Amino acid sequence: MTKRKIIGISLYIFFIMLPIYWLVMMSFKSNEEILGSLTYWPVSFSLDNYATIFSDPSWYMGYVNSMIYVIMNVVITLLTALPAAYAFSRYRFLGDKHLFFWLLTNKMAPPAVFLLPFFQLYSSVGLFDTHIAVALAHCLFSVPLAVWILEGFMSGVPREIDETAYIDGYSFPRFFIKIFIPMIRSAIGVTAFFSFMFSWVELLMARTLTSIEAKPIGAIMTRTIGGEGVDWGLLAAAGVLTIIPGCLVVWFVRHHIAKGFALGRV
Amino acid sequence: MSLELQNISRSVNGECYIEDANITFEAGSFNVLLGRTLSGKTSLMRLIAGLDQPDTGRIMMNGIDVTGVPVQKRNIAMVYQQFINYPNLTVFENIASPLRIAGIDSQTILKRVNAVAEMLHIENFLQRLPLELSGGQQQRTAMARALIKEGGLILFDEPLVNLDYKLREELRVELRELFKVQNTIAIYASTEPSEALALGGVTTLMHEGKIIQAGHVNTVYSLPNSIESAELFSEPPINILEGRLEDTSASIGEHATFTFNTSNDLTSSGAYRFGIRPHHVSLEKNNSDDVALDLRVDVAEISGSETFLHMANGELVVVAQLMGVHQFHTDASVRVYLPIEKLYLFNSMGTMVQAPAYLSTEKNVRQLSEGIC
Repeated sequence: MTKRKIIGISLYIFFIMLPIYWLVMMSFKSNEEILGSLTYWPVSFSLDNYATIFSDPSWYMGYVNSMIYVIMNVVITLLTALPAAYAFSRYRFLGDKHLFFWLLTNKMAPPAVFLLPFFQLYSSVGLFDTHIAVALAHCLFSVPLAVWILEGFMSGVPREIDETAYIDGYSFPRFFIKIFIPMIRSAIGVTAFFSFMFSWVELLMARTLTSIEAKPIGAIMTRTIGGEGVDWGLLAAAGVLTIIPGCLVVWFVRHHIAKGFALGRV
Repeated sequence: MSLELQNISRSVNGECYIEDANITFEAGSFNVLLGRTLSGKTSLMRLIAGLDQPDTGRIMMNGIDVTGVPVQKRNIAMVYQQFINYPNLTVFENIASPLRIAGIDSQTILKRVNAVAEMLHIENFLQRLPLELSGGQQQRTAMARALIKEGGLILFDEPLVNLDYKLREELRVELRELFKVQNTIAIYASTEPSEALALGGVTTLMHEGKIIQAGHVNTVYSLPNSIESAELFSEPPINILEGRLEDTSASIGEHATFTFNTSNDLTSSGAYRFGIRPHHVSLEKNNSDDVALDLRVDVAEISGSETFLHMANGELVVVAQLMGVHQFHTDASVRVYLPIEKLYLFNSMGTMVQAPAYLSTEKNVRQLSEGIC
């Protein structure tokens, strides 16, 4: 690597990491220090902010709620997108291309458009403020993307493998679970990652469709703006804890994502 | 187990893939489906396998109609042109897969997999994944999976095309050996006449979705029933010369006249076509009655120990296959000789009306009659 490249990359990483560093640093400071003079690292290092989050149910339940609906979303997305993508990649049927495109157009509408109908509908059927409500709402956006990604991977698997399995005597469900799914496991990893990330960072729907029982962490974070001003340190600590699950998921699927990008569908 | 196709047709989107196929494959026979690309070989195999359904007709196995039976229940095996294995299973599990589904106990599976793997020389790679093997070994794995089933029918869809020349020769010989002991119907699709000749057995010629001739490989090669068959089963393609016949005096355009004895009186005077295989065309006069043609060289193609000499004179085009390396200048004049007893006679419709006289010598007749099965 040349010197110029090293300098370029260092600068790039520096600018990317600066806000994250600032956030992490703030989470270890007290409010007095944050609002006081400029310091580059915590002078009085404390874990008080984290202790507050982990001891107060109204805080940590936000993470639990978010996790629940995110996992629900990932599971529902995979269970519906796998058969759909298989059908799109293997069969020709009336209007298949149009249907495939239509799925994608769902992603063109801004989520805000769906807020009112979802809110009204869920309230009237008693789904309001439940985890499944948020998970289903998020499926509207994650399923089309999942079908799109999975279809690309599945079309890369030769149809002859399916036929060989049938000739060997596999029934369709057995072939799908024992042969096909393991073959596209990196695609499933990538898909799960994208629906996880979408659902985890989405705030508008999650906040509107919940009130107390299923309130996500994003909504709870706005609580720190109280009568005595903003609790900066607590907010920073919550922010750090919100980043961590994303980092973990990225770490686990980092090899598969490269493959997904190579296929041009992500 | 015998297999019979009765009036099988299939068309997709108005395009005819298979047209009225009628053919019987005998138990324990080795069959080669020979045809150019898009002639319908793969389509026919897919119909036989049950992967596609025919529009009309019936498929009978051992006299039982299996036309609508799903592929899982047909007890067949298939090897594709591409190396198709389950990439996430080891070679052992790949080969064992049909037995595992059939619910055979693991002791027997172990024994049978080892036996088949040894036959195909992949016994040292059983614990590897297919993608860690060379192309030849991958195809051997696919063949092992087909053979282990010991089903009544194995379909090979140009299995050796994607392999290099040397491996192809090697596997072809082994394949023939394997089937001497197996009591199954093997159907092998190929585009190469030389492959059909090397494999032997029964050859079925396919052209544009139709079965145009079937029979023992020697019979089909020596006695093509039409110009299409002759062209298909001859490499380089047979030379076809437009000519006329008046009683026994024959002519090839303005180029040559000669005496041609027709063995039966069915042939009437008129336009005919003469056929001669490139390796029978000679630069030297061997018999006094050889037909001489004056031609000009288009190109001399040298392939190792042979020379393919492409010549023309007006509409007359002749290819000669000469032993050894010969140098010719483009446009050089050459005189070639066609032995009369090696001429095929086709009528203007392209149907063969008389086989070459040399085939009716005693030895050839015996060989051919033995071949007809």
